[in-house]
Amino acid sequence: MNPFAYSAPTDTDAALVAIQTDFNDSMPNRFLAGGTNLVDLMKADVMHPARLVDVNGLPLDAISETADGGLQLGALARNADTAYHPWVRTRYPLLTAAILAGASPQIRNMASNGGNLLQRTRCHYFYDVGVPCNKRDPGSGCSAIGGVTRQHAILGASSHCIATHPSDLCVALAALGARVHVQSARGEREIEFADFHRLPGDTPQHDTTLAADELITQITLPAEAAAFAAHSVYLKLRDRASYAFALVSVAAALQLDDAGRITQARIALGGVAHKPWRKPDAEALLHGALPHDALFARVADALLEGAQGQGQNDFKITLAHRAIIRVLQSAVVGTLTNRDEGDASAEESLQ
Amino acid sequence: MTELIEPLKTPTAEPGTGMVQPGMSVSRVDGRAKVTGAARYAAEHPAADLAYGVVVNSTITKGRILGFDLADALRVPGVIDIITHSNRPRMRPFKLSYKDMTAPGGFPFRPLYDDVVFYSGQPIALVLAETFEAARHAATLVRPDYAVEPHETELAAHLHRAHDPHGLKAGFAPPPKEKGHAQAAFDAAPVKIEAEFHSGVEHHNPMELFASTVIREADGHLTIYDKTQSSQNSRWYVSHVFGLSSRKVTVRNPYVGGAFGSGLRPQYQLPLAVMAALKLKRSVRVVLTRQQMFTFGHRPETRQAIKLAAERDGTLVSIQHDAVAETSRREDYTEVVVNWSGQLYACDNIRLSYHLVDLDNYTPIDMRAPGAAHGVHALEIAMDELSYALQMDPLALRLKNYAEIDPTKNLPFSTKALRDCYTQGAARFGWDQRPAAPRSMRKGNEWVGWGMATGTWDAMQMFARASAVLHADGRLVVSSAATDIGTGTYTVMAMIAAASMGLPMERVTFQLGDSTLPVAPIEGGSSHVTTVGSAVEGACEKLQKRLLKLAKALPDSPFAKAKIDEVEFADGTLRLRARPEVRIELPQLLQHAGEARVEVKYLMLPDALKQRKYQRATHSAVFCEVHVDEDFGTVRVTRVVSAIAAGKIISAKTAHSQITGGVVWGISQALHEETLQDHRLGRFMNANFAEYHVAVNADIHDIEVIFVEEDDRVVSRLGAKGVGEIGLVGVAAAVSNAIYHATGRRIRDTPITPDKVIAA
Repeated sequence: MNPFAYSAPTDTDAALVAIQTDFNDSMPNRFLAGGTNLVDLMKADVMHPARLVDVNGLPLDAISETADGGLQLGALARNADTAYHPWVRTRYPLLTAAILAGASPQIRNMASNGGNLLQRTRCHYFYDVGVPCNKRDPGSGCSAIGGVTRQHAILGASSHCIATHPSDLCVALAALGARVHVQSARGEREIEFADFHRLPGDTPQHDTTLAADELITQITLPAEAAAFAAHSVYLKLRDRASYAFALVSVAAALQLDDAGRITQARIALGGVAHKPWRKPDAEALLHGALPHDALFARVADALLEGAQGQGQNDFKITLAHRAIIRVLQSAVVGTLTNRDEGDASAEESLQ
Repeated sequence: MTELIEPLKTPTAEPGTGMVQPGMSVSRVDGRAKVTGAARYAAEHPAADLAYGVVVNSTITKGRILGFDLADALRVPGVIDIITHSNRPRMRPFKLSYKDMTAPGGFPFRPLYDDVVFYSGQPIALVLAETFEAARHAATLVRPDYAVEPHETELAAHLHRAHDPHGLKAGFAPPPKEKGHAQAAFDAAPVKIEAEFHSGVEHHNPMELFASTVIREADGHLTIYDKTQSSQNSRWYVSHVFGLSSRKVTVRNPYVGGAFGSGLRPQYQLPLAVMAALKLKRSVRVVLTRQQMFTFGHRPETRQAIKLAAERDGTLVSIQHDAVAETSRREDYTEVVVNWSGQLYACDNIRLSYHLVDLDNYTPIDMRAPGAAHGVHALEIAMDELSYALQMDPLALRLKNYAEIDPTKNLPFSTKALRDCYTQGAARFGWDQRPAAPRSMRKGNEWVGWGMATGTWDAMQMFARASAVLHADGRLVVSSAATDIGTGTYTVMAMIAAASMGLPMERVTFQLGDSTLPVAPIEGGSSHVTTVGSAVEGACEKLQKRLLKLAKALPDSPFAKAKIDEVEFADGTLRLRARPEVRIELPQLLQHAGEARVEVKYLMLPDALKQRKYQRATHSAVFCEVHVDEDFGTVRVTRVVSAIAAGKIISAKTAHSQITGGVVWGISQALHEETLQDHRLGRFMNANFAEYHVAVNADIHDIEVIFVEEDDRVVSRLGAKGVGEIGLVGVAAAVSNAIYHATGRRIRDTPITPDKVIAA
């Protein structure tokens, strides 16, 4: 860990100024929130910010309703507080389910919502400073390709990077069509969730479209996404039952009419690409249709079109296909929140 | 004179614990110190003027260090020095100087000795600074220049180089000679199976990080707090490597936060911290990171092949078991992988082999139930496969071939209540309700399966010394340079002494963890209770005789004519067996005798002449239930019953915890653990606690432990055999066998990850 400057401003404007202080491209300043990922990466000598701007004192931890009836999640609201918030649980149980599938209770108590969006890949080679990595050291090469690749991407990878984004929370946000509100000294802007994370291409050092001086202030969930509350499921497949990153995860949210037809469908995949994976044309196959397994299989085919394994992770394609079908089956039946108290029928169908 | 050594902060049972007997359930005496943080571990001992060392590890796997660019690192404020092979203090060059008490055959690694890099992650420099933070930062700025040579780390690619192991190692015996004609019997048999098994590299990952705090006193004496399974082994090593007399070095390890074998040999932070203390002439602490704990010994990658053949009635007629494991270029690490297959089942034709392949990795090291963890695993899966080939219940097949005597040595067992393990375990589990065919039970999206396996481990006894001091205030202090790696040594030894002397347990303190205490073996191989426990009881027996002698000499003593078997030590008194009202409180006895303290020393030597006439082993029967989601390959081990025959159980609670922990690890071995190596780079890639998976709470469901009755006075005077390893052995095989019963999918490799289940 390198020596770094540290400040803890208490208002947002001051934080936006602080982040630009002595900005150095080779050791870019960083905002510090929960620190559950950034501090680890600094200890592992993977990230070397010259300055940390601790934003925990900023008034950005509220969870409140938006004017149009949606929900606004403060960037500094903790993952645990978000997951267990009554409005989140009742209106967006998919988000609760996804958060509770991730990390451990201790980490969820510390980790912020904004920080979750910015967590780095868990690629072994990114973490090992003894080997080349384009994400860590642009242009040095990708050591993962041809190596230990059980975890790596099957969709959207490039010859420069095959890393995956490790978040669970983001998979649900992608499915729910969230928007990310960011602010810098230059002004404010909103980013569609689908545009927030990016594919690696030939610049895998950039995980997101966020500029270095921009601070995430809020994440908003649209009011209409609450209509998925009765039929949403987040399934995470992993190497152990808790505290492991997804081999494959699937967030699915459906709306059904009285005749049992699917009127709206959202599906996002985690653990398979450099960003949460959504394909609106695959979701469209479900619109207006009565649920049945053959249809679900076609949806899975469409979502996984072009999937390419790296050898050791070829099984992820099979796993993802089966998981998509299972999750759609479960979502038709009901909702699963991954909370301890146990859920309705969907829980049964998953177990 | 053995007194309490204050800095060890030796724990004693809570007031009110009272009188104890072997077999009772007593809470661990070190529990409060551990959960309140009062217990200090190797990295936590304070010292004035402490310098901090951070290790730099090689990024190449094989080659030579041409030099270092240290300029940036040395410029970091607070950096004192950077030790490399070119400026280290004097170390002895000889092979023998680096041989610790459990070293296998070969030439041990000499840290920072020369410019040769022989494995990836090898320590190549130690940065010393006034603060840990400065040392850690400067360590990232050390820039070595290497001449890289090609390396070989892939076992499968180098099987043609397999060779017989060279040299000796404690606890290792080569496979016995062939009994009968195994291949001919196999060829002629009506029912047979053959199968191949693979297990990858595993790392111990005890909770406590490896660390050494070297406290240098004004006269140059070094007191070293080291994470080790033997203070005396570390003391021996430091003395030999640096040429320091035993009086100039004391090693302490009063608390060890798990080790599982990784502390059987001194690890590199110890010599590095010592050389820094010698060079700087001040106290030094070196703590390894979790990632660096993947840069020394590990359970070796092992490939096995088994052939079994039987008559149609299930009678085994041939057992063949071959294993090939990795070792380093420097040493031939050996463990008993295949010998168990010549010990567990009656059979006339048995052929076993064990070979090694030298690779550019660090030397492997014993890890809980070394050898048996995967050797018995393979045998027990093969037995399961044979049971299906025979259309016979897996338990019935084992009973059919029950070994009444050791089949290869033709020796009787000292005790063997394995049949009781089978019976009681099966009854508790409900094995008789098991449908024979795979894919018979289903719940929701999951197939349900039941599997079982046998486990076995050595029942060993080494030699040890113990001292016992009774003070006039009534306190008994028993000491031996034993270790408590979390297993409950403090507790069980205090119980043995308290029960023996008839004292309430809170008046008895067992002191361990200091190299100056009476000689004890390394804590390993499940032998501490049989060895140190027997020495403790022997010391107490000697103390009783001494006390009776004092009592007899008192004026008008009512004990004047009493013989030792006519008195007993109970309720804190010495009293006549026949007339218990004739008694004297022990403090009173010392006061009357004018003694402030009475001390005895005892040497416990195993009765080798008697022991060699028997095969001595612990046994287990493990039954388990799994739920398997076949679409996803996810496995849940929902129920385990482990029935253990391990001699007399002395400390019921800590023994139960040992077995429960072993079962948890068995599940972890079955489903989770593997260190993944990139053979292009020669590096372990998942070298951290997020990516090296061990079972977490959510993976663990019902575990039930049964101790069957056994009392083995051949192995130890206590009747005990030891419970450290046996809880692990067989568990992973039971899991694998249950997965087969659930799904019809046979998975012979560990860990059984989802990809392997869906591919099977």
